[in-house]
Amino acid sequence: MNSRERILGRVRRALADVTPETRPYEEAVPRDYLRAHGERTAGETVDLLAENLADYRAIVHRAGAGELPALVMRLLAEHGSREVLVPPGLPPGWLAEDGPVRIHDRAALTAARLDRVDSVVTGCAVAIAETGTLVLDGSPDQGRRRISLIPDHHICVVRVPDQVVSSVPQALERLDAARPLTWISGPSATSDIELDRVEGVHGPRTLEVILLG
Amino acid sequence: MSGTFVGMPAFPQAAGKAVRNPTLRGNLRHATHTIRAKRERAVGELSDWAGLREAGRRIKDHTLRHLDRYLEQLEESVTAAGGTVHWAADAEEANRIVTGLVRATGESEVVKVKSMATQEIELNEALAAAGIRAYETDLAELIVQLGKDRPSHILVPAIHRNRGEIRDIFAREMGEWGRPAPEGLTDTPADLAEAARLHLREKFLRAKVGISGANFMVAETGTLVVVESEGNGRMCLTLPETLISVVGIEKVVPTWRDLEVFLQTLPRSSTAERMNPYTSMWTGTTDEDGPRAFHLVLLDNGRTDTLADTVGRQALRCIRCSACLNVCPVYERAGGHAYGSVYPGPIGAILSPQLRGTTSEIDASLPYASSLCGACYEVCPVAIDIPEVLVHLRERVVEGGPAVRRGNKVLLKPAKGHAAERAAMRAARWAFARPGALRVGQRLASRTRRLHPRTLPGPGRAWSGARDLPAVPPEPFRDWWQRTRGGKDGDR
Repeated sequence: MNSRERILGRVRRALADVTPETRPYEEAVPRDYLRAHGERTAGETVDLLAENLADYRAIVHRAGAGELPALVMRLLAEHGSREVLVPPGLPPGWLAEDGPVRIHDRAALTAARLDRVDSVVTGCAVAIAETGTLVLDGSPDQGRRRISLIPDHHICVVRVPDQVVSSVPQALERLDAARPLTWISGPSATSDIELDRVEGVHGPRTLEVILLG
Repeated sequence: MSGTFVGMPAFPQAAGKAVRNPTLRGNLRHATHTIRAKRERAVGELSDWAGLREAGRRIKDHTLRHLDRYLEQLEESVTAAGGTVHWAADAEEANRIVTGLVRATGESEVVKVKSMATQEIELNEALAAAGIRAYETDLAELIVQLGKDRPSHILVPAIHRNRGEIRDIFAREMGEWGRPAPEGLTDTPADLAEAARLHLREKFLRAKVGISGANFMVAETGTLVVVESEGNGRMCLTLPETLISVVGIEKVVPTWRDLEVFLQTLPRSSTAERMNPYTSMWTGTTDEDGPRAFHLVLLDNGRTDTLADTVGRQALRCIRCSACLNVCPVYERAGGHAYGSVYPGPIGAILSPQLRGTTSEIDASLPYASSLCGACYEVCPVAIDIPEVLVHLRERVVEGGPAVRRGNKVLLKPAKGHAAERAAMRAARWAFARPGALRVGQRLASRTRRLHPRTLPGPGRAWSGARDLPAVPPEPFRDWWQRTRGGKDGDR
């Protein structure tokens, strides 16, 4: 007998006392909780997102479509970035013509090469207001998971209000489980020293979020 | 790492040593009190917390009651998404599988995400024996590994260390493992985090094999979820060419939607955050993004034995948040090492004796490592009635009886050390059934009270070693009542 059969056999013997559930799963497990906490207009939801992002030390900016390239260039300049990493499908209008050297991400770029890039600019798939969370799903405007991880400075553009949801349940409804997902809530942090939160460990130590709308 | 839990003394001896260590008690008190207040605030933000807790309990219970079905579904989904599923009945088999997978890559080092399952099976030691070096990359795990120490908390394994101790460990040990700590390293948490960032960076960038656990596995989609803070998890999950995840079979949930419950309750219960900084979700492999090979090792190692116990099986609902540790008055004073297991605190006191059985001295003593105050049950986000299981396991230790070990039914013998307790209970039963004898005994005890020793002799010594004997009153209550009618007649 192989271990698969052994383990499944042990499970079945262990559950000899259990009457199998015949109802569909969603009936068998009632969900007496809220889809979202509180009633908010679309604008208020964006405000809550901004507030919660800032609470976990992300730096939040707002811009209209016309202002975006200038803002991105200013943030890159303020960070002193000489090179900026760009996912393959970043909307062309998000960056100005001048500014730091653009490194277009491709599979051949090694992790060591990515480590020498100062900043990265990406979009996102969805943002969650209640928790101050950005979710990236590897779409062309976001790129591979590693590009929003290795550079020390991440600029993430959120289209508001379209990409913003109130809650975790609403975010999961929008996301595709088949894609590789990264949920980001503030810059990297740790609570490992005396259970106190300190920002800045292995992921980007500076997270800037631009609410575009 | 030299740290091992084999041959640990029973809880009272280990705890007795810990409570006499003022640094340890200070560190634990500071950390647990900090997190307690923060957790209350984070939980208080959600008006439907009770509903989320109940849904979490029901999802986990339902899954456990149909675990065979969901494991088969998970295997199918992971395989369809490009992963390879392995089954490990025990720690030895899991270690053999992982060692073989690493060897097949030709690599001699791996980077690791913090994982309770791999701590439980002592994977690092098994890899070291095979000539493979495993680098822990979680900050607290790194502190434990560099300090040749043992973990003492589920979430923050180095909770017993304060910033000064961490600075000393980094300054002394980092050079042995790779890039040394910066000159003049201070003990500010930001500097310590920076030292860890620099030390581990080169390891992440060259890593070819990553090893992780998982917080959740979704049967419906084959998705694995790792919840973390630092980004070391993201590094290990996305940069290597090969990813091996070792996950306990109880970590499966049926549907994608189920994550909406646990992604709300886990961060708020563990680090007291609305959301932890990073959560990674992956389903098999993705072209040109992340590892090209993904192996999932499903681990039993005592979980099916635990499942066979109709009272104790609820311990398998645990999502390893560690809220029960942070509120426990016993944990706060004794520290995590006294529990003699990678699972300390209240959840460890019910999990370890079930996963490992109650035959060793430490495992037989763990169900007693509690005052049954119930704070752990209150904060548990999946409503595990820890006091109920503790009492159940105490009964098993004292009375023995049927249990399942390694899939086989066994009949446990009553524990030897509890003969005196059983004799005392028999005597009590006899006396309480005979009021005359009870009265004579109580009066005798009152009259001789000045002669009573401070500790019990013989087999009672163990009991009074950690407790003060109750003072015997000058007269038995019933005599006092007879004499005074409860004080109504003006006495005193």
